[in-house]
Amino acid sequence: MKRILAVLLAAMMVFAFVACSPAEGSKDLKVGFIFLHDENSTYDLNFINAAKEACQKMGVEYVQKTQIPESNDCYTAAVELIESDGCTLIFADSFGHESFLMKAAAEYPDVEFCHATGTQAHTSELKNFHNAFASIYEGRFLAGVAAGMKLNEMIAAGQFTAEEAKMGYVGAFTFAEVMSGYTSFYLGAKSVCPTVTMDVKFTGSWYNEQLEKEAAQALINGGCKLISQHADSMGAPTACETAGVPNVSYNGSTLSACPNTFIVSSRINWVPYFEYIIDCVLNDKEIATDWTGTIETGSVVLTDVNTAVAAEGTVEKLADVKAALLDGSINVFDTANFTIGGETVTSYKADVDTDANYEKDTEVVENGVFYESKYRSAPYFDARIDGITLLDENYG
Amino acid sequence: MAEKTVTKLHREPLFHIVKRDDMVWWKAWGIRAITIVVSIFVMVFISSLLTGKGMIQTFEIMYRGVFGRIETGSFKMLFKYFEEVAILLCLALALTPAFKMKFWNCGAEGQALMGGLGAMVCMIELEGKLPLAVLIPIIAVVSIICGAVWGVIPAIFKAFFDTNETLFTLMMNYIATQIIAYYVYIKGGGSNVIQPVEAGIAPSTGNAHYFINAGIVAVLTLVVYIYLKYSKHGYEISVVGESQNTARYIGINVKKVIIRTMLISGAVCGIAGMLIVSGIDHSIRTASVGGQGFTAIMMAWLGQCNPFITLIMTAIIVFLNTGAGKVADSCHLNSAFADIFVGIVILCVVGCEFFIKYSVKIRGARKGNKE
Repeated sequence: MKRILAVLLAAMMVFAFVACSPAEGSKDLKVGFIFLHDENSTYDLNFINAAKEACQKMGVEYVQKTQIPESNDCYTAAVELIESDGCTLIFADSFGHESFLMKAAAEYPDVEFCHATGTQAHTSELKNFHNAFASIYEGRFLAGVAAGMKLNEMIAAGQFTAEEAKMGYVGAFTFAEVMSGYTSFYLGAKSVCPTVTMDVKFTGSWYNEQLEKEAAQALINGGCKLISQHADSMGAPTACETAGVPNVSYNGSTLSACPNTFIVSSRINWVPYFEYIIDCVLNDKEIATDWTGTIETGSVVLTDVNTAVAAEGTVEKLADVKAALLDGSINVFDTANFTIGGETVTSYKADVDTDANYEKDTEVVENGVFYESKYRSAPYFDARIDGITLLDENYG
Repeated sequence: MAEKTVTKLHREPLFHIVKRDDMVWWKAWGIRAITIVVSIFVMVFISSLLTGKGMIQTFEIMYRGVFGRIETGSFKMLFKYFEEVAILLCLALALTPAFKMKFWNCGAEGQALMGGLGAMVCMIELEGKLPLAVLIPIIAVVSIICGAVWGVIPAIFKAFFDTNETLFTLMMNYIATQIIAYYVYIKGGGSNVIQPVEAGIAPSTGNAHYFINAGIVAVLTLVVYIYLKYSKHGYEISVVGESQNTARYIGINVKKVIIRTMLISGAVCGIAGMLIVSGIDHSIRTASVGGQGFTAIMMAWLGQCNPFITLIMTAIIVFLNTGAGKVADSCHLNSAFADIFVGIVILCVVGCEFFIKYSVKIRGARKGNKE
């Protein structure tokens, strides 16, 4: 017994002295990341991977705090990252973190704070608080094209008629972020399959595997031939795999879990933004108050198409549409492509500036295009267009 | 066959367990101290195996995580540490009188949540309507009453119907959590989060709340110590804890003592809830107490009903929890690592109690040495 103890102690000592190497990382910047969940959420995993990649590429150290709820804990986490780790650039990934991050930003004017999906930076007085998002509606539009082509293929194969072409969409909340997403997805599908319609169900949670699974199942039972989702668990994709219904995913590939139904997935790649803010801090440049990533910046990406499931020619078609989005010959929210209550939209006021009354304050339709993510990075398209049926609503 | 069984029966087992006579106090505490130190070393060793950082570096990360950069003149993390110790200690202090009475109150979580709810309701409904000087006493009284009520319900059932208090208090936690969930649902609106309210017993920004919270709990520690050690109530509690029959024989109203003690226990939990909700978060959610009500059970038990030992234990556990959390953050381990770290240390300490109460005699070894 004593001998084992002695060996163990000796081993500990050796370890203590030998492994004392200086921390890697060359530049004098430490980035602190605050994440709502951990790797088990596809949403946070997308950020976690991007943080790792960007920091390695830029040669800076980083610290991450996971499982930080949208409460005072976010403020505490920011303070801890600054005070004990010496971080001078803080990033938080969840919408509800915003007000707590702003509280910390007010207290530490020398530290830069960046926040994804938020809406308040462009109206706030704080010089060191910044919002960012990406024009993910373009990615969803592309994913929608892939979905439409799959429907066309199934119609051609005689599985159902063109009039029966109905898609299902599992959303988290009836908020602009989700509405903008499913509308662009629908418009993408409609651009290749004009008869398509869509049903939407909301779960009332960003992450609830059971509810997402049930919602997807309910949509499939209701006659939906293809499912997509905007919620962060594997609920909808696995329900599709079980039922053998094609699925267009979000946040990342679900190919390994759903090899027989996964078509393609759109996601926001946060690496370009992280590199941008790190570069700004390292070189004393101003960080944009409200940054919108696009296909061009590499922020909006599609995963590889699963050719085993996708319709033939999908890869080529997506490349064409992507080029058209890039050169501006296609606008996702072109008012010629959708109607509200049977009428073409000529004017639309959106709630761009955050206020307690959700006041619709900014005209966003210009030259026949609804300009999403132009007046602020976070989505504000919340119109209900014809062809999409909301089976329920959920505002949390 | 039968023969074999007989021989087996007569064979001395590999080891047997003997109850020790009472160990000298310094010996018992020595064992506990060594257990804590060794288990910490083992866990740090495991951490450094996982992270590839050396043990000294791991200790340094833990130290930094808890105390921050004191050398640069920034004491914010240190203050935050005091506050965290204070909150956990407050919950453990609440349980101490009940535990001394051998009433296993496992409901600190729920009692604190209800106290917090009382504070939150006052803050939301009365903000801007009353000056702070009037609002603060109201918050204090309401949260104390809420916590006390939540604590006394199981006590009444225990006193009059002899229900099992462990299960009862435990179940009350879940009811409290659901009530909070419902309240957040009503008041939170679309986001399911109650936005922070300005009013409260301490401002949410700046450093003042650290001192206010820690100060209140420091006073409370003294009060609980004196109450248990020098008051008549404290004596009654320990008699009821030792033997209810003895208590009855010497004329103590056992029912009254149970109910009174749980009123106090719940009330102190209510104070803890008030400190969290109206002194730090200025908002409430189901995870406001964050499981500390359960950790407090361990702290009160390890503290052996002595508030000052509980203080030391709490200080150690909070240090380890924050420190291990920092190791997980900076080495990109899962955030559950801190729970595992602290859980194993606590498990070792609980385990060592066994060796304090019993000794293990191994067959054949040092035969006749002792007996």
